[in-house]
Amino acid sequence: MSQAVVDVPPKGGFSFDLCRRNEMLSGKGIQPPSFRKTGTTIVGLIFKDGVILGADTRATEGPIVCDKNCEKIHYMAPNIYCCGAGTAADTEAVTDMVSSQLQLHCYHTGRVSRVVTALTLLKSHLFSYQGYVSAALVLGGVDVTGPHLHTIYPHGSTDTLPFATMGSGSLAAMAVFESKYREGLTREEGIELVCEAICSGIFNDLGSGSNVDVCVITKGHKEYLRNYQMPNPRTYVSSKGYTFAKGLTEVLTTKITPLKEKVEVIDASDAMEE
Amino acid sequence: MSIFEYNGSALIAMVGKNCFAIASDRRLGVQLQTIATDFQRIYKIHDKLYIGLSGLATDAQTLYQRLFFRHKLYQLREERDMKPETFANLVSAILYEKRFGPYFCQPVIAGLGDDDKPFICTMDSIGAKELAKDFVVAGTASESLYGACESMYKPDMEPEELFETVSQALLSSMDRDCLSGWGGHVFVITPTEVIERTLKGRMD
Repeated sequence: MSQAVVDVPPKGGFSFDLCRRNEMLSGKGIQPPSFRKTGTTIVGLIFKDGVILGADTRATEGPIVCDKNCEKIHYMAPNIYCCGAGTAADTEAVTDMVSSQLQLHCYHTGRVSRVVTALTLLKSHLFSYQGYVSAALVLGGVDVTGPHLHTIYPHGSTDTLPFATMGSGSLAAMAVFESKYREGLTREEGIELVCEAICSGIFNDLGSGSNVDVCVITKGHKEYLRNYQMPNPRTYVSSKGYTFAKGLTEVLTTKITPLKEKVEVIDASDAMEE
Repeated sequence: MSIFEYNGSALIAMVGKNCFAIASDRRLGVQLQTIATDFQRIYKIHDKLYIGLSGLATDAQTLYQRLFFRHKLYQLREERDMKPETFANLVSAILYEKRFGPYFCQPVIAGLGDDDKPFICTMDSIGAKELAKDFVVAGTASESLYGACESMYKPDMEPEELFETVSQALLSSMDRDCLSGWGGHVFVITPTEVIERTLKGRMD
């Protein structure tokens, strides 16, 4: 079986072959592109029975909002979820990668994943790239040892906390937590506090906006409440909308290609043979 | 000057009722000089999956060739076409692989998935997927395109109405962008047919 010479799917990891060309372009004064960031407010807190994570849903590309309802709470394991701030591609890639590694580890050990396992996998990956993989994460989950909440910084340092906030709106959210958090919150109180913290980020921080996503993880059970609160509905919709008459646009050429339909041909003479 | 402004582009994909439309401008420029007015930015991967590539034209062509190659390999191994969601993951992985020396391209992917349900998605140049239920835009005209689409989009449009909406959004946004223009190329794909039209636009 011969191997293709060009473009064999590589073993994994990053490929640096366009770096020299990109360096040359930078030298000629061409600015590199801006990446999609999740400006973000992400929070987590530990309550009586487990962990509650919360996030806003705005994704920005420079000053423009490119996604009004993106998902920032990523699945890691059935009992572990992770919120991500920073460069969107980095948070998605790193959480997907560690989620797969966790699943393999789960099959290998035959046990439910622990939050510290995810923590160690994430921090060692981020540290080895010295902060160039720009992902700031809030990791939370409930395992056999109880509920855990951690923050992970892009350079690989971690904190273990009862309540945590990250992202550009973290100061706004932390202000709410510092004044209202106490140990032993009930589920309803916890969700309300998380929503208040995220809303504080949404309304006061320009990099965060749109809706509130909440994820509640307890022992043996999780609830992902997508768009739990939508405090920014679109109010400027015109009820009539734009209607363009058919044939308004000037068309130069038209080409219609019917898509092939599978037709079964039953040859009558063949059916008669034994 | 940003690398994305070297060639100029405008791309849009919009969802309708059991159909989708993907459209692009036709100008290829080298900074402020126009060198082609019939440049193809939207490529067919298979009958029900199209990808548009905005940004640096050379990277767009290279990326398309790599993606088409990977899809052909997939077809040989799996003996079927790739689903749009799977293809979007493939594009995202290929772009993220070059995280520290990226392709200067922003893809717009549009296709009909299982049960002919329309799927659209866009990514930034390192593969951060943005799935949308209504429309996605890319290119130098993207800011105008966001505005035009926000106001002109309606859910559940029939193919004819979808074509008119996409065309008007594209043409009006291209008029406000120096680097894209010279007409439009619009594909409207329904479960039974593909209608490809070229539009007359301002030639400046």
